[in-house]
Amino acid sequence: MMNLEIQAIYVMWLRQMKRFVRSKSRLVVSIIQPLFFLLILGSGFNQFQLADIGNIDYRSFLAPGIITMAIVFSSMFTGISVLWDKQFGFLQEVLVAPVSRLSIIIGRTLGGASVALVQGFIILLISIFLGIPFPGPLGILLILLFMIFTAFTAVGFGLIFASKMNDFQSFPIIMNLVMMPLILLSSAFFTVIDTPMLLTIARVNPVFYMVDGLRGSLFGPAYLGSLYVNPPLINLIVVVSLSLITISVGSYSFSKSEA
Amino acid sequence: MDIIKTEHLTKNFKDLTAVDNISFTVQKGEIFGFLGPNGAGKTTTIKMLTTLLHPTNGTAEIAGHDIINKRDDVRKSIGVVFQEPALDTELTGVENLDFHARMYGISKKRRGERINEVFELVDLTDKKDVLVKNYSGGMKRRLEIARGLMHFPKVLFLDEPTLGLDAQTRQAIWKYIKKMNREEKTTIFLTTHYMDEADNLCNRIGIIDHGKILVMDSIRNLKQSIGNDVITLSSTDNQKLLTELKQKDWVKKTETYDDHLTLGVQQGDEKIPIIIERAQKLDIKIKSISVRQPTLDDVFISYTGRTMRDEETKNITVPPRFKRGR
Ligand SMILES: Nc1ncnc2c1ncn2[C@@H]1O[C@H](COP(=O)(O)OP(=O)(O)OP(=O)(O)O)[C@@H](O)[C@H]1O
Ligand SMILES: [Mg+2]
Repeated sequence: MMNLEIQAIYVMWLRQMKRFVRSKSRLVVSIIQPLFFLLILGSGFNQFQLADIGNIDYRSFLAPGIITMAIVFSSMFTGISVLWDKQFGFLQEVLVAPVSRLSIIIGRTLGGASVALVQGFIILLISIFLGIPFPGPLGILLILLFMIFTAFTAVGFGLIFASKMNDFQSFPIIMNLVMMPLILLSSAFFTVIDTPMLLTIARVNPVFYMVDGLRGSLFGPAYLGSLYVNPPLINLIVVVSLSLITISVGSYSFSKSEA
Repeated sequence: MDIIKTEHLTKNFKDLTAVDNISFTVQKGEIFGFLGPNGAGKTTTIKMLTTLLHPTNGTAEIAGHDIINKRDDVRKSIGVVFQEPALDTELTGVENLDFHARMYGISKKRRGERINEVFELVDLTDKKDVLVKNYSGGMKRRLEIARGLMHFPKVLFLDEPTLGLDAQTRQAIWKYIKKMNREEKTTIFLTTHYMDEADNLCNRIGIIDHGKILVMDSIRNLKQSIGNDVITLSSTDNQKLLTELKQKDWVKKTETYDDHLTLGVQQGDEKIPIIIERAQKLDIKIKSISVRQPTLDDVFISYTGRTMRDEETKNITVPPRFKRGR
């Protein structure tokens, strides 16, 4: 019995991985696109001496934002891709199998998170190669945790959207109308520390805690208050809680869905 | 033994009753068919029996397990081939089957053997490692049937197994269905709106329309019920002739069409002279007359009052498997 559920989780995870590896275009786009941001935007703005980020170059400041963005987009995509499975009928095959819907969700979430982590790490490595500071062991651990729970939260969001939408035509709309403002206002591209209004907006934006946390883990305590707002642990608590909420609501909506 | 048993099974979608209080049983080892036009409620019935839809009313048992309270036991006992394709096209044939085998708890040792066995059964061994998106429509269908069989289900549900396939592939699929019914003793519940398919495969059928079962019996009994022979005739006054013939007790069933009548009778060839004689007495000229064995079409018409073709030209629907492109 237990074995069956583990197999189901494994199958759903493996499926995500295989599809990701086979979809060369998705692999390339998901790495090239953040690189464009990092290289073009990063180098472009680097020539202006941005007073408030001091002696850190803009590219390093940008890196955690871009990594978060890549993970969020990729994970949202996994969550919403339940709709694809519905449209292409495969969901029925899964729903009629003698395994619990929770295992299916867990497998899918782990699969989506793994894919997102691979992407996140590739960008992190490239950023380190481009000269962002190399984090210590504690930093690495925190970075890993932020990436994982950011991915979980976004998969959960995707699942919730998927259960509210009936066709995937609305997918780009959600990406552009909901996700873009959240990313833009998350401090991914510019610091919000010195502008009280931006800071207030950021505090109700879930993506802010992910970006701020990742930035904190990367730069270490010396830059608290100048480059980032909250100590990483506070951010981590927020992001973990968010992931628990979205995953529960997401799996609940999924388990209620009929094929 | 009854392997499927439904009691007052009903499904409403808002104010539409898609399946209306149906009760029937299917015996172990049977090939049972649901024959009905588009929108009759065939798929909805299968979805309830396979635990994907919750009945509005009534219930059913599959292999002794209740479809509402014992979903997991039901799911373990059945294999399903849905009307719409349900494969992951980004994976290979083997991967699709391997995933299935794992989710049904087939041991590692058995998995490989069984996959080869079912690939063999549907003649797809040479396509095993090809991505499913590069399969033809018929190959996908065969792969789905193979997958449905992987875990030795007690009952295999096939929803329109040959919809949209060419004649050759259809016959091949019929062959596999018969083979697995014979060799693996799988009970088969299929739906179709092809008369020849039902005729060719099923021991017993139920004719379903507007969510109701109109009649259920073996194909032989159904054909006999409308007479051993069917006489088709056209004359200068069909209506008058019909009124006259209806009074004869050897006329079992009658149907009127635009320009001809059909009569269900015993020993049709002996009845032709009698009919002609009658017509002459009434001063009616017979334009043409012929006798043939009854087909399922005749059965269908006599119970639903129309041909399946009427129904189909009225609502031409493109099957989803075409819309998507294979
Ligand atoms: N999810 C749904 N919501 C609302 N109505 C539905 C739903 N599913 C089916 N129906 C309706 O129920 C009726 C029966 O549909 P069903 O799919 O069971 O027919 P069918 O016999 O399988 O037809 P076909 O031969 O075209 O596959 C139809 O009128 C259909 O429009
Ligand atoms: Mg149908």
